[in-house]
Amino acid sequence: MQNLEALKNLLYRLADDFLIMGHRDSEWIGLGPILEEDIAFASMAQDKVGYSLSFYTLLHELGEADPDTIAFKREAIHFKCAQFVEMPIQDYAFSLIRHFFFDYAADTRIQALKNSSYDKLRDLANKISRELKYHCMHAKTMVTQIAKGNEDGNSRLQEAVNTAFPMALSLFEPTEFCEELAQAGICPTEASLQKEWLQRITPLLIEASLSLPQVPEPNPYYGGRKGYHTDYLDELIQEMTAVIRLEPEAVW
Amino acid sequence: MYGNLTIIEIDNFGKKIEEEDPIKLAEFEARIARGEKIEPQDWMPFEYRKQLIRMIEQHAHSEIIGALPEGTWITRAPGFKRKLALMAKVQDEVGHAQLLYAAAETLGKSREEMIQDLLNGKSKYSNVFNYPAVTWADTAIIAWLIDAGAIINQVTNSKGSYGPYCRALERICAEESFHLRYGYDTCVHLATGTPSQRKMLQDALNRWWTPIMHFHGPPDKISVHGEKLMKWKVKLASNDEMRQQFLDMYVPKIWELGLEIPDPNLHKNPETGKWEYTEPDWNEFMRVINGDGPCNKERLAVRRYAEEKGRWVRMALLRKEEKYVVPLA
Repeated sequence: MQNLEALKNLLYRLADDFLIMGHRDSEWIGLGPILEEDIAFASMAQDKVGYSLSFYTLLHELGEADPDTIAFKREAIHFKCAQFVEMPIQDYAFSLIRHFFFDYAADTRIQALKNSSYDKLRDLANKISRELKYHCMHAKTMVTQIAKGNEDGNSRLQEAVNTAFPMALSLFEPTEFCEELAQAGICPTEASLQKEWLQRITPLLIEASLSLPQVPEPNPYYGGRKGYHTDYLDELIQEMTAVIRLEPEAVW
Repeated sequence: MYGNLTIIEIDNFGKKIEEEDPIKLAEFEARIARGEKIEPQDWMPFEYRKQLIRMIEQHAHSEIIGALPEGTWITRAPGFKRKLALMAKVQDEVGHAQLLYAAAETLGKSREEMIQDLLNGKSKYSNVFNYPAVTWADTAIIAWLIDAGAIINQVTNSKGSYGPYCRALERICAEESFHLRYGYDTCVHLATGTPSQRKMLQDALNRWWTPIMHFHGPPDKISVHGEKLMKWKVKLASNDEMRQQFLDMYVPKIWELGLEIPDPNLHKNPETGKWEYTEPDWNEFMRVINGDGPCNKERLAVRRYAEEKGRWVRMALLRKEEKYVVPLA
């Protein structure tokens, strides 16, 4: 198969982003500001972990280990997720803004993958986009209502935007496979996806009276796609695998 | 995950039953006797409203507090299958709280007031959640046996007289039956797994047996009799009846997995057809319900933390011109 290495790299990025983001989302269960948010984050967490399972399954079909092994028995250095998804959930303002940035970015990418030349990815993207639409809708609704609700809500979200935006750009960190994937029609370049994402979120933020900050160059949050991660990822993996490591060969 | 008025509190708060309009009261009781449901806009005696609010509220609190011991294991669940299932289960529990708070709100108490009463200790929740989930196997035992106990309560209570509560319970029971299957499947895997997995499960059962025996509340002979509540179909079965039903359905299944129940006196009396067992420590039950259990402080502290950290969100979402809770009668 042509472009195999590039394709696997893309699938790892997709799967790892969704797994770690879903894991983080699930940490809100029991801690949300209103019950409806516990439920919403739980629901989105399930969807995302579910998507990661689908991408790991594609990888397995391409010769990689089975999904449980890839997800639960790999060291941080082998993960390809963006540093953005590794960050702890912090307060609700950060988590909500991350959810807004992440889901619009994921949706932009998945929409593009609906035209991918790799048919299995295309089929999966068609399936996922039907749900991801609602993740975006939830993010937009909450961000707009809170930011326009009162001054305090607006200033907390603005502060979260300032913190999260440079991190969010790590989702579009260029990789050595970008051009190859674009030329093969598998996935557009990171730069073009980022541009499209910005075109989608900017009017929404303006509508919510929020603005995007300047970003330092080079972006300090780049590195995840190459296996350079924050310590938070290692902590997360230690926790995620705490039970499975007790007896790695057992069936749980 | 829970729903029985295990402890009936008698107090003199509010309108006494003797002060109610006798004609309306007679009509109300006749409707219940005929098996009709009472709806929010219908007349009801103060005592009925008070006891129902207390029971539904206690049930709702149990759902959100109950999400905590299991919730902490979502991030550690071993493998995709368990991780996805546990997330879905705990999400359901929070969803049940949402349904139940809404059912209680139809009686005139707002969700905010109920949560306030939870935090200040005025309102209780199920005792079992004051025990820690020490290992992965504890979550399996909770999902199987605590949810099984809860289903027995809830199926019984769904035949009660208050329409909104019954309808909420029917939906809750449908979801709980999936939890039970998930819990049982997890227990089966541990029971048929490696020696250390089996030991983990047995240890968890040993830890949880007392809370399980406490689950349906103090024995009938020492608990306050609620004849009036039985007549009004607020309470539908006695604590002992429900405990017997639980033992009947689940002791054989526990034994089938090769587990040992930590009570040498547990057996079914062939003459009476009833289970006999060592009474669990009811002083411990009272101590824990009154705040002195292994996790009471931690559970409420987490809830309080979530409430306080989330206040700004609720304030930003609040539309002052809107009235959120309007008692219908």
